[in-house]
Amino acid sequence: MAERLRQHDTRQEAGAAAGDVPREAPSGLRDGTPEGPLTRALDGLRAYRMISAMWIRSTMAYRASFAMTTFGNFAATVLDFVAILLMFSQVDALGGYGLAEVAFLYGAASTAFGLADLAIGSMDRLGRRVRDGTLDTLLVRPAPVLAQVAADRFALRRLGRVTQGLLILGYALFAVDIAWTPLKVLMIPLMVVSGAAIFAAVFVAGAAFQFVAQDASEVQNAFTYGGNTLLQYPPTVFGKDMVRGATFLVPIAFVNWLPGLYVLGRPYPLALPTWAAFTPPLVAVACCALAGLAWRAGLRSYRSTGS
Amino acid sequence: MPGTGGPVRTRLLRFGPERTRARWPGAGRDSLKGMCVRSGRFRLYEAVAAGSFRRYATYRIATLAGVFTNTVFGVILTYTYIALWDEKPGLGGYDQAEALTYVWIGQALLTTVAVMGGGFEDELMTRIRTGDVAIDLYRPADLQAWWLAGDLGRAAFQLLARGVAPMVFGGIFFSLALPGDALTWLAATVAVLLGVLVSFALRFLVALSAFWLIDGAGVAQIAWLASMFFSGMLLPLNVFPGALGEIARALPWSALMQVPADVFLGKHTGADLLATYAFQAGWAAVLLAGGRLLQSVATRRVVVQGG
Repeated sequence: MAERLRQHDTRQEAGAAAGDVPREAPSGLRDGTPEGPLTRALDGLRAYRMISAMWIRSTMAYRASFAMTTFGNFAATVLDFVAILLMFSQVDALGGYGLAEVAFLYGAASTAFGLADLAIGSMDRLGRRVRDGTLDTLLVRPAPVLAQVAADRFALRRLGRVTQGLLILGYALFAVDIAWTPLKVLMIPLMVVSGAAIFAAVFVAGAAFQFVAQDASEVQNAFTYGGNTLLQYPPTVFGKDMVRGATFLVPIAFVNWLPGLYVLGRPYPLALPTWAAFTPPLVAVACCALAGLAWRAGLRSYRSTGS
Repeated sequence: MPGTGGPVRTRLLRFGPERTRARWPGAGRDSLKGMCVRSGRFRLYEAVAAGSFRRYATYRIATLAGVFTNTVFGVILTYTYIALWDEKPGLGGYDQAEALTYVWIGQALLTTVAVMGGGFEDELMTRIRTGDVAIDLYRPADLQAWWLAGDLGRAAFQLLARGVAPMVFGGIFFSLALPGDALTWLAATVAVLLGVLVSFALRFLVALSAFWLIDGAGVAQIAWLASMFFSGMLLPLNVFPGALGEIARALPWSALMQVPADVFLGKHTGADLLATYAFQAGWAAVLLAGGRLLQSVATRRVVVQGG
């Protein structure tokens, strides 16, 4: 009994450093021969699956806590929307947008962000690993480091946010008055998936930045959680410069603003051609590629603390 | 306890003042020495608070990152509040400048009164889970007072480091309603101090839940939610409609943010200000007493983990 308790503690405490080493090395890398990118990607996915499965098992050791945190995750985001409902209990429109339209933007952003957060939301812990030296453990394992960091402390409770986002998106699609065309219908899944990929790229880029500034993990929150909050409101609410920054600098406007405003039949505050609404998949691929390069540069620059 | 297999069920003796005093050499022999011990104990808590202040001050980059993130959120919220108050001027009894000031007070107090948690309670919960709390209980200091002293040190640092800079930024780029006389600033500081006390008392209760639940993450999250919503962090409680607003303003969480913000904005003066302080102090007293009661129950019937 005491042994078991202690094991749980070690696992919770030292995290992946102690408990989660996949017993068998993923195939292909065992002999150290160079492999193609496809094999590497498959290896990464396999390692990701194994580590996240381990964390799910670990979480289930405290079921009451899991139930409460999942509910909490759901409720946290619900309250977020309740704040918007409370705003609309006082006014009829915000920045010229009605409740259903804001709910549409909110649901799309929240679902996309929730998916990225569920998949790789723990990457903001990288700075801590760099600081205490446990990243070294990941480097010597025969699995891609990115996959290991992404799956580290995989938290199934984050399904709560995805669920909430989907519910609100569902409500908005029901409530909002849209002249549906096949293109607009197609746009809904497209924007959620591309949006998740764009947010995932922001997470990876933020983690890469932490190789340089280890303690500055909170900067990442400004772009992830901050970006999510920004996108929950229509772009007309914000200053032109902020909209420009969100479109061209950190292109999160492609998550839901550009495609969403196309679906709603609203003009974008910046002079952009209509076809820009269809570019989110391309933007997502470009973002992921850039984030991947940043990650590689960050990992190459890594110097162990030696502790 | 080496050799014993099962969990060590320890009936910890009372660690009340009468026992701890005996541990100080020469304590309690006569009244003069008793007074020395009392002032010595005060100096102990002073040292704990100062140490906590220095501990948080060590992470300069992290503090800067936090200031950056607070500022980004402040800007996003400012624009949404501008849209809201443009739509309905005078909402919640605030004019637009006051509403924007509210945003930046919120960012300044977010970590000071630990609206989202993340102060001492994570640490205390870990110590309860690992069993290290037994050492805390063995110290010649009171558990609650020890952690309170530490939390006051943390709050003081975060008010100075993370509160001032975003407020200055907000004051430069937006037109805020900052109080002109020093007395209001002083009154607001007192309200913030009382808010920190209430916040501590709430989080102490949350932390002690780990004695029964082992993993207190779920309780912590639900407490975090309540505090986020009912403190006025998401939206001023004055804007909440009808009965919901009245209930929210009577709950202890309003002492964390809404009350200090209103004092800062000069909404409470004279006798009204005293009544406001009494409201905060009343909740602090009730909740601290609750924590004390829970602590005595926990230490009398406690299973120390590990062994």
